[in-house]
Parts: sequence; C-alpha cells; structure tokens
Amino acid sequence: MLFRKFSLAVYALLILIPLLMVALTSVKTLQETFRDPLGLPEDGFQWSNYSAIFEEQTMAGYFMNSTIVTLCSVFLTLFFASMIAFGISRLNNWMGNILFGLFTLGMMVPAQVNMVPLYSLMLDLNLTNSLLGLILVNIAVTLPIAVFILTGFMKTLPKELFEASTIDGAGNWQIYTKLALPLSLPSLSATAIFLFVMHWNDLLYPLLFITDNAYKTLPLALLEFQGEYSTNYPMLFTGVIIASAPMVIAYVFLQRFFVAGMTAGALKG
Amino acid sequence: MRISKTIYLFFLPGLFLYSIFFLYPTVSALFYSFTDWDGLSDAYQFVGIGNYERALTGDSVFRKTVGNNLKFMLMVVIFQTLAALAFAMIVLKNTKTNLFLRALYFFPTILSSVSVAFIWSFIYDPSLGILNQILGLLGLDFLQQNWLGNSDIAIYSLAITQIWFHAGQMLIIFVAGLQAIPEDLYEVAKIEGASKWQTFRKVTWPLLAPSATIVIAYTTIQSFKAFDLVFAMTGGGPNNSTEIIATYIFDVAFRSYNFGYASSISVLFMIIIAFITFLQFKALRSDRISY
Repeated sequence: MLFRKFSLAVYALLILIPLLMVALTSVKTLQETFRDPLGLPEDGFQWSNYSAIFEEQTMAGYFMNSTIVTLCSVFLTLFFASMIAFGISRLNNWMGNILFGLFTLGMMVPAQVNMVPLYSLMLDLNLTNSLLGLILVNIAVTLPIAVFILTGFMKTLPKELFEASTIDGAGNWQIYTKLALPLSLPSLSATAIFLFVMHWNDLLYPLLFITDNAYKTLPLALLEFQGEYSTNYPMLFTGVIIASAPMVIAYVFLQRFFVAGMTAGALKG
Repeated sequence: MRISKTIYLFFLPGLFLYSIFFLYPTVSALFYSFTDWDGLSDAYQFVGIGNYERALTGDSVFRKTVGNNLKFMLMVVIFQTLAALAFAMIVLKNTKTNLFLRALYFFPTILSSVSVAFIWSFIYDPSLGILNQILGLLGLDFLQQNWLGNSDIAIYSLAITQIWFHAGQMLIIFVAGLQAIPEDLYEVAKIEGASKWQTFRKVTWPLLAPSATIVIAYTTIQSFKAFDLVFAMTGGGPNNSTEIIATYIFDVAFRSYNFGYASSISVLFMIIIAFITFLQFKALRSDRISY
C-alpha cells in the first residue's frame, strides 16, 4: 500500500516539477537561471520576459494566426465530417461502406508520407504562406478520424426517428440539422476537443508551408525562438506559457471533456 | 425505405478536399517514388525501382534511421505500456484523489510537442539541466551525462520524453478498459482462492486485451510519428543517432531536394507501419477470450 502511494507521488512529481520549473524560469532573469537553474527567483518575480517577448516578437499576430487556423479547421472539419457521417449512416449500404473505407483509410497514413507531394501541390496552387492553405490541409488530414468517430456514433441513433421524419416530409438537410446534429452532440464535442488540441499544437504543416512571419502560428514561432534565443530558457519558457495558456485554461474547466475527447481520438486513431 | 438522392450531396465538400489534399498527394508519393524528381524543376526521369534499391541496399543512413526508430519504438511501447497499465490499476477507483491524479498524469498530452521539447531540452541540458543537478545532489555524479549530445543514449533520452508526454493518455484508456471488467469475475476468482498473479493472468489480462491492442497499436504509430520532438530537440543528431524515418524524409526532401528518393522512403515507411500494425493485431487477437 505504501509502495503504491509512493509510486503515485513520484509520478505526480515527475509531472509537476517540470511544469513548475517552466513557470518559475519564465519569471527569472537569464543571469539567475545560469547561476541557480533550480532556485526561486531572488528579487521577486520578474515579468520583464513577458513584456520583452511581446516587444521583440509579433506574439499577438502568431496568437491570432493560431486562433484563426484552429477555429476554422475545427469548425469546418466537424461540419464536413458530420455531413459525411450522416450520409454514410443514412445510406447504410455498400456505397456507404465504400465511402467509409475510403475515408478511414486515411487514418493509417502518417502525415510524413505525403508531405513531399503535398508541398509541391501547395506551391502550384499558390497556397503556401496562407492561412487558408493551412486550414484546407488541416481539414483534409483530420477528416478521416472525425468521420470515423462520428459515423460510429450516428449509426447508433435510432433509424425509426429518421424514417418518421422522412414520412413527415422532412428533407435530408432538415433531418441532418434538426435531428442528427443535436442528437450527436456528445460525440461532436469529444471530436471537437480532440481536433482543437491537434490543430492548436500542429507543427508540421506550418513548418512546411509558412516562411513569412505574418502567417506563422504559435508552435512554428516557438520553434524558431530556439534559433533566436538559443539557451535563453527564460524567454523560451515565457513563449511556452503564452502558447499553452489557452489549452491549459480550457483543460482546467473542461477536463472531463478533454479526457473523453482525447481518448476517443486515441481509441479510434 | 427510399432515401432521397440529395444524400450524395452531403459527401461533396469533404470528398472534394480529401481528394485534393490527401488522396492525390498520397497517390503521387507512390508515383514520384519511381522518379528522380528534385521537387523544383519541371523535368524528371523514371528510374524504375532505383530509389527503392538505394534505400534498401545502398543507404547506410536510412538503415541506421530504421534501427533508431525501432529502438525508440520498442522502448516507448514496452515501458509506456507497462507504466500506464500499472498506474491505471492503482488509480482505478473513482475517488477524488484518483480523479485528480488521473487529470494530472494526463496533463502533458495537451501541450504542444514544441513546448515539451523545450522543457526536456532544459531538463537534459548538461550544465543547467535539473537532471544532472539532481544526480549531483544525490551524489550520483558518475551518472551525469550529456543526455542529448551523447550519440549512444540520445535516442533513449528522447524516448523518455515521449513517455512523459503520452503515458497519461494511455493510462486513461487502460482505466476505461479496466473499469469495464465486471466486478463479480474478481469475486469468483477470490472465492476460488486465485492468487493476485493468477487473477491478473486469467481474468484481467484476457478481458483487457482489446484496450491493450489499441494502446500498443496507437503507441507504435505515435512513436513512428515523433517527428516534432526529434526535430525540435536534436534535429536528428548527433551523427544521425536520433534520426527517425519521419525526420529523415524531411531532410532528404527539403534539405537535399531529393523528392523522388524521399517519396520512396515515404512508401517504405507506410509499408513498415502497416506491417507492424498488422502483426500486433494478429498477436494480440489470439489472446482474446470472451466470457
């Protein structure tokens, strides 16, 4: 029993100490960090890193780009994927199965497999250095998993309900918006959170398609701080905190949904 | 009952984007893998299976890369899965403390891999890093290391980071799987006088096999895709000792501008992943029992 409690505490510390270290380092000066990397800030908290990073970097711009790309990608993926899931569960025949197979096939293909031709395609379409380009690729890449999760859920909805509405003269669009969507809310919200975390944190596609500062998202900007600040960890960690803040705040309030969403993603991924 | 043909319209927007930005590039990766395209010029020539021959026989870096990836994968799959399962069994009951601990263990999953890379670069830093400092405080100076700079151990240092990053997520999946096992099976085992190990082997494990399959398959794929961590922490160095297939493809394509060759490695990459996933599903399925 004691051993169990000890193990739990050790694991908890393994998570907490690095996080605490990030928070503390972000309010220390570089000199303090070099002198005593583990110690508390001696002259109280230094907020200068935070003001410096906003002065030296276009943080607000990166933040805005990440927000636009994430919100649009999540919303549109959910919208298109739920329409497909609805279509598949309505068809419920070999056509539906083929379409389901076609979309879920995408879950097996790692993003790095098609990054090379995708890059030249984006060049041809003039979609590099564009937020729209990122959004379109994000949608295409996360459709498979979203279709998979949502179809699984929509297939469990009672068919009689849809059939009754058809008899009452409702068209497919009405059934989709008035019945299927509201009834699928639990799986829509789980998928939404999974997509949020994925798109907010994505590095690969911005790395491939964005070179202009005006279109960089937070993870890419953060990565490039490494070149600029090298081992200036107070600055790097200030960046980490700013980039993670929205997710962390959301996690604290919506924890239950996060766990459900991220697990749904893993279970189906 | 007849369904109105308008249902096909529901597929259009998704199918359109999916075809252009996913299916087309995936298929053209296969196409370009038989060419010597540099990614920039319009002209390219077919080289038959030349790229594949080069990858499988002539490229020592690629061979090293596959080896690194396997080392990384094995370490993560074994230790992350065991740790996640062990801890899931301890925090199984839905008490207040356990719910809090599960939320805490899960926390790293929501961070970006770039953030995790920075955190662990600092931990591993040979002079500033807390790992060496703590070892020093404990009088274990002889264990102090240049964790990311030593080509013998750098790949394992990255694997530890990956485990820190994702173990909590796997723990949650195991908790869900364990909680689904009916309580009375354990009572029967108890009455029959089964030992703890017997109970685990005969009750828990067979019923847990579906979740274990998911965890192991997912962890494997994740460890092949650990592109961001490697890219941000070591860039594949020192001496290609942490280069994994995903980062190698990036280097070949965007640093050496050898798109044709990079495409052939991409195709091999996909085959390797499909093969491993297939093996795992086969191996774990045979262990499945239904009561």
